Amino acid sequence: MKMVTVIIQPKRLDSVREGLSEIGVTGVTATEVKGFGRQKGQTELYRGAEFVVEFLPKIKLEIAITDEQVEQVIETIIAKCKINGGNIGDGKIFVTSLEQVIRIRTGETGPNAV
Amino acid sequence: MENQLFELQYALDTFYFLVMGALVMWMAAGFSMLEAGLVRSKNTAEILTKNIGLYAIACTMYMLYGYDLMYSGGALLNDIGGQGETYSNAADFYFQVVFVATAMSIVSGAVAERMKLFTFFAFAAIFTLVIYPIEGSWTWGGQDVFGLFNLGEIGFYDFAGSGIVHMAGASAALAGVLVLGPRKGKYDKNGKSRPMMGANLPLATLGTFILWMGWFGFNGGSVLAVASKESADAVALVFVNTNAAAAGGVIAALLLAKSWFGKVDLTMALNGALAGLVAITAGPDTPSVFMATLIGAVGGLIVVFSIVFLDRQLKIDDPVGAISVHGVVGLWGLLAVPLTNSDVGFVGQLAGAGTIFIWVFGVSMALWLSLKTLMGVRVSEEEEDAGVDISECGMEAYPEFVTK
Repeated sequence: MKMVTVIIQPKRLDSVREGLSEIGVTGVTATEVKGFGRQKGQTELYRGAEFVVEFLPKIKLEIAITDEQVEQVIETIIAKCKINGGNIGDGKIFVTSLEQVIRIRTGETGPNAV
Repeated sequence: MENQLFELQYALDTFYFLVMGALVMWMAAGFSMLEAGLVRSKNTAEILTKNIGLYAIACTMYMLYGYDLMYSGGALLNDIGGQGETYSNAADFYFQVVFVATAMSIVSGAVAERMKLFTFFAFAAIFTLVIYPIEGSWTWGGQDVFGLFNLGEIGFYDFAGSGIVHMAGASAALAGVLVLGPRKGKYDKNGKSRPMMGANLPLATLGTFILWMGWFGFNGGSVLAVASKESADAVALVFVNTNAAAAGGVIAALLLAKSWFGKVDLTMALNGALAGLVAITAGPDTPSVFMATLIGAVGGLIVVFSIVFLDRQLKIDDPVGAISVHGVVGLWGLLAVPLTNSDVGFVGQLAGAGTIFIWVFGVSMALWLSLKTLMGVRVSEEEEDAGVDISECGMEAYPEFVTK
């Protein structure tokens, strides 16, 4: 089992969720986060004073899946987030291995609980 | 003694007019809060900028030449003089200018979240300098429409402006929305409408209550006098009817939303209140209080149907429902007058409504299209995604994430 953590542009959330549902991912947790990467922050103005907000709004997705799903999930996310050749700030995908998953209601464990 | 009495009456009427005008000015705050509440949070600072900007533009343009076009008084108000017949001339200008700002406020909500700020300001300048004043000169100004016919002689009657102010603002808004198109993501691949929730319903509710309060000035002040037993009675009836119609609008919209959608919908209740107010504005001086409640209630029903119809069938994306509230219900308000006022006929009302709509919609459409060519009307897709607060104002209304 793998835990896929993804940082994406907020505007891509809808299409990513649709794409993941289509390939059989049954659950995603999404969080509004702020962060920075190679895409520098945005310049804002307040009473004439310019300042750079170094942290931009992003969405973090956490997706628990079985090993077999990993490749397809990654492909889907890239397809939905890399539009017109892609841009700096499109985000990143982190894959980590997942030791155990337990469904609270039934007590199921492992891939059955994903 | 007689002169002293006249002066007292003059002073009281002028004072009344000014206080009512200040209430109408306060409607600018109501529109600001309503619109700020019904847009998404990333577009809040911009809609507020629009609202305070358009208010100032309206006041300035109407002073420069608009008032002269509509009534007289000369460019820059050079010839208005001091003393009027029953109240001060400056008070008359003040009361009229806040109405112009109200008409313009109606446009800002409908084109929210996607229009370029300075294109909107340019439109506001022309609308308040020329488009509204010419339409006003045909109605309250009493002048012939291009020398062809006179709406007053046909029997057109609009007490405080269901048509002259509200439907006119909505006509300009409709033209703007048609040129602009819906917000990005408003309609999915199959053309199905997707809701875009307002970010702050407490603000929208506050805005509605402020508008409700301001409307007492809007309709009450339009009696134009209070300092005699006759006019005091008229003012009292207008206040009571204005209040009753808004109440009727809320109840009707609440019940319709509950029976249609299964849940009461706060935003529809708010629009219902405004619909009741718009509906009674053309004739708050003749109905009984119960009849005023009914006129408002019909407005409340119409507005719910109209909002859903415009959104789902016609695919006209109006984030705050301004076209339905002020335009469709404004027309209903005009047509409701003959029900209680035997001096007014449907033909005259329809002729007036048609004249206002054709003029304001037609000229606004031409102006929006010219502005589109000259300076562009819509922000880029990236700017719309990020929100116009950042792209147009460079700031956020709710900067919650602070690092230093």
